[in-house]
Amino acid sequence: MTIKTWLDNAIQDAERRGLPALRPMLEALARATSALRTADWNPDASGVADRPPTRDAG
Amino acid sequence: MLAEPRTIAELARALETRKQTASRITDQCLATIEPRNSALNAFITVLADAARAQARQADAEIDAGRYRGPLHGIPISIKDIIDIAGVPTTAASRVRAGHLAETDSTVVRRLREAGAVLVGKNNLHEFALGTTNEDSAFGPARHPLDENRSPGGSSGGSAAAVAAGMAYASIGTDTGGSVRIPASLCGLVGLKPSFGEIPTDGVVPLSATLDHVGPLCRSVGDARILYDVLGGEPVRPAAGTGRTRAIRLGVLRGYFTRLLDAEVASSFESACRRLQNAGVELCDTAIPHAEDIQAVYVHIALSEAAAYHAPALDSRPDDYTVNVRLRLEMGRYILGEDYLRALRGREVLQAEVDRALDECDALLLPTLPIPAPRLGAETVQIGGTKESVRSVMLRLTQLFNITGHPAVTLPCGQTVDGMPIGAQVVGARLGTRTLLDVAETLEGYLGPGRSR
Repeated sequence: MTIKTWLDNAIQDAERRGLPALRPMLEALARATSALRTADWNPDASGVADRPPTRDAG
Repeated sequence: MLAEPRTIAELARALETRKQTASRITDQCLATIEPRNSALNAFITVLADAARAQARQADAEIDAGRYRGPLHGIPISIKDIIDIAGVPTTAASRVRAGHLAETDSTVVRRLREAGAVLVGKNNLHEFALGTTNEDSAFGPARHPLDENRSPGGSSGGSAAAVAAGMAYASIGTDTGGSVRIPASLCGLVGLKPSFGEIPTDGVVPLSATLDHVGPLCRSVGDARILYDVLGGEPVRPAAGTGRTRAIRLGVLRGYFTRLLDAEVASSFESACRRLQNAGVELCDTAIPHAEDIQAVYVHIALSEAAAYHAPALDSRPDDYTVNVRLRLEMGRYILGEDYLRALRGREVLQAEVDRALDECDALLLPTLPIPAPRLGAETVQIGGTKESVRSVMLRLTQLFNITGHPAVTLPCGQTVDGMPIGAQVVGARLGTRTLLDVAETLEGYLGPGRSR
């Protein structure tokens, strides 16, 4: 599931459950999830070689 | 106010030699709680009668030559998320209304066996899910030096109690910084041991793979005593030589010093200079994936918390405070695949902290980017940017919950307003005792001095 689809579904469900205040929190969570999914430690089923680790710029 | 001496180590000598009695110091702590708790809100439950009885028993045993060790007769408080038999464990939540603990948690049992006097149970951020102690069914705990500020959280009542002289130490829990954050903001020592060293049975969980039990106290020596007792070990003296020249510290830079309040930055750099002048070798180091810490933490912490709370969220949602309920509900939307990505991220971060420690005895960094925030503040200005109070307070502590490395906060300075600033020292996994040896050596040089 893409993050956009996940976020749309989550916001819709939260509003259905009477929790509209969750929207900005879910949007923040989506940004964190995006960072997690693009991190260079994730394996890739296509077999693409690992990327070099991200360096903390300091 | 606490009677002198102020540390457990000093007081234990006075008790053992009968220059002081457990009954007298327990009465002094209770006499401090009585007038100040209405303002500080540090205690949810005060166990005055039971504490006096325990103190009388301690005095009788010591008089009879049955001295149990350095916690015998020492007044200690317990975060109200840890079970004491026959006492409610409220977790600062209406969700727990009517609860009564049937048995002692293991850590409370060990404190009793060591002869500690349990003076009461401390306020906290509801279910330990927050850093300010504002979301509590019993109202916010307040900072002893400025009642308009937060003492930090989630073990905020614990820190306020020890800083105000209501107890000589408190036992808290730390899932993202909840011992170290309030200890630092209140000018105390706070220890998060290595993951798994201290039993968590009888402790209401927040996130089972991030939860740690640890002490808030007034010195590293006191933290060592409590660490030994909580871990079920005999209390052992420090192994350190006190020589700073042999110590090499890795100062975490980059992410860890990029976003700091000006007074915190100044105080931390002054502390580094004092350590160098004392002969400590400092070298800059970094964690390559530091920018991913928050994402990894949120996915692990909220998934695990949501799993625990799901039944109560469905059956009695209105019994949670609004903010805590929303944070828990957010966790229910995290996908399993993203939780697993976060667990992989944890392994990466563990390896990177291990590697940073390969080159030094311990790591050094500020404990928080800001001093104690004002109650009600949702954001804080740091330099030119406005930051969320919650995320900025967790920024420098949560990594070591993810990785399980032991970390201790020590006072290292104060703001011009007199608010404490702390520095964090981090050791190798399962090396808590060695970390405490290093921290005890550094303690006299770290502070506190004024930041300007």
